[in-house]
Amino acid sequence: MAVKNLNEPSLIPDPVIPDPGPDEILGPGHDYTSVTDRIAGVVYLPWKQTPKKWFVGAFIAFCFVNILALAVCYLFLKGVGIWGINIPVAWGFAIINFVWWIGIGHAGTLISAILFLLKQDWRTSVNRFSEAMTLFAVACAGMFPILHLGRPWLGYWLIPYPNSMWLWPQPRSPLEWDVFAVSTYGLTSLIFWYIGLIPDLATMRDTAPKLWQQKIYATFALGWRGSAIHWHRYQKAYLLLAGLATPLVLSVHTIVSFDFAVSQLPGWHTTIFPPYFVAGAVYSGFAMVLTLMIPLRAWYNMRDLVTMRHIEAACKLMLGVGLIVAYGYGLEAFFAWYSGDKYESYMYWNRVTGPYGWTYALLILCNILIPQALWSHKVRTNIVLVWMISIVINIGMWLERFVIVVTSLHRDFLPSSWGMYTPTKWDWATYAGTIGFFMLLIFLFVRALPSISIFEVREAVHHGKKHGEHELESATV
Amino acid sequence: MSQHVELNELPAIHGAMAEFETPEDLIAACERAYASGYRKMDAYAPMPVEGLAEAIGYKKNKVALAVLIGGSTGAIGGFTFLEWMAGIAYPHNVGGRPLNSWPSWIPITFECMILFSAITSLICVLAMNGLPQPYHPVFNVPEFARASIDRFFLCIESSDPKFRTEETLQFLRELGGSEVSVVPA
Repeated sequence: MAVKNLNEPSLIPDPVIPDPGPDEILGPGHDYTSVTDRIAGVVYLPWKQTPKKWFVGAFIAFCFVNILALAVCYLFLKGVGIWGINIPVAWGFAIINFVWWIGIGHAGTLISAILFLLKQDWRTSVNRFSEAMTLFAVACAGMFPILHLGRPWLGYWLIPYPNSMWLWPQPRSPLEWDVFAVSTYGLTSLIFWYIGLIPDLATMRDTAPKLWQQKIYATFALGWRGSAIHWHRYQKAYLLLAGLATPLVLSVHTIVSFDFAVSQLPGWHTTIFPPYFVAGAVYSGFAMVLTLMIPLRAWYNMRDLVTMRHIEAACKLMLGVGLIVAYGYGLEAFFAWYSGDKYESYMYWNRVTGPYGWTYALLILCNILIPQALWSHKVRTNIVLVWMISIVINIGMWLERFVIVVTSLHRDFLPSSWGMYTPTKWDWATYAGTIGFFMLLIFLFVRALPSISIFEVREAVHHGKKHGEHELESATV
Repeated sequence: MSQHVELNELPAIHGAMAEFETPEDLIAACERAYASGYRKMDAYAPMPVEGLAEAIGYKKNKVALAVLIGGSTGAIGGFTFLEWMAGIAYPHNVGGRPLNSWPSWIPITFECMILFSAITSLICVLAMNGLPQPYHPVFNVPEFARASIDRFFLCIESSDPKFRTEETLQFLRELGGSEVSVVPA
């Protein structure tokens, strides 16, 4: 079926293609064929031409997956006692990482669903990749509550099913809401991602250089042939899914925040949590998109497909939601003072000046102070600085969850029940292991599937052409 | 349908296909084909093209209705299930709350609604489109491999009452289509 020989050495263009600048979502001179070749070409690249950095990166990620396997095996043998958790801090790294990962996932849904509804054309080149990131982040997130259960092999008890003891889960608990929220989120993200992939899988089926590749892509393309009527239904379904995913993404992190806010604990029991959690999630998610996308577009020389326009737009969004997060921090302080509640005000005082005060100071530095540099156009268009700021925000958002979980738990009401929390090497191993797992999935994804939605870029080419023609017409008139 | 096939005396033909360079050419061709009285036809494009389905006479789809039904089923089913689970199957006094503490069911009800809607939209977009479909005659045309890359196709099907192989092929040529060919069934 392959009509053209795509298996040529020119798949990664040489010399380096320049970035078309902050006004363009697509480099000059692209047509339907060239965008197909370029995006699909990344996948068909023979192993010998795959960038060395891919192998190095994938190998390091694989090593960390092994660390994860080791940590999980040891956990299964010994139990959660190998972690630093105890009373009063029983949640520790597992819940910090759970919230961190699920938050990272949210940017993917935001880019693919909310920006789709708002008709932001720049989302086109980054939505597929961000959706994949969502899926992998949710996979990492989902591990932690299960591992934290104590008897992870009984994790299925969380799901309501008719059992011999006629025992049912407790639907009045936010933890049970979370089971539904996270599993719905994972499944819906998978459906959204797969529906978006079907037309591109058909392209891959028709262009793959090897028969076995064609067969695999053909299987998953389900016989898609691009019929106008099919596209009509397809677009309707995609629009509806975007409309469903938008409230979903808000509900998921709201419910995650209920895990905290429904409890009576000072520092958790506050009404600001749902919006503040959602903003934080989007914040960290955009940071992760940039952290991954910037090296990727350089390695695969896709600067004309993921342009400065995308990077700048993501920076602006990050700056915006970052300010909402800052507002959340401010309101926490305000509530502590205005409530007049001594436990609440002590909690805040302890958060800032207590034994974990340095984490709070670092959090303010990473999440509020440093990202303010993004107000400057020069910083937003400096790719190295943007990348570094995105990593700083990732760290900052992790610290935020550390502050919320640990400093609130370690000193609550009675000083006699206070305690300290120190993560062990197994905590760190599990955390680093999931980062490796996430990265390995990303590396495999860019090798096996088109990491940019080809058919949507074709639409962008089409709109660009129409736009160009209009300009020509008005110029001649 | 079988009658038309007999009339044409060419049961092994799925239809006649023409290739176009741009979506605008394809829409224009579809509109002219529709105006000439052809009804059983399909247009193929490597991306969604605004107005293409309408140009071949397709107006409305039932995806939204199906998703509405799916979502309502999820919401009602989820709520009823929780009511039964926490009120009847396993009545359990939690801090003196009533057994019917329905505000607590809302988050899960909402998630069930979204989940059922999402699954319905996937199933119905596939089922209504007749996918998965391992075989379809249009793939018999070698040029059609580019329908998923950079070319636009119009296929007038032999089941159309107005379909006459030679005339239809000629008609497609007049529409400006290149690579006009017969599609074997």
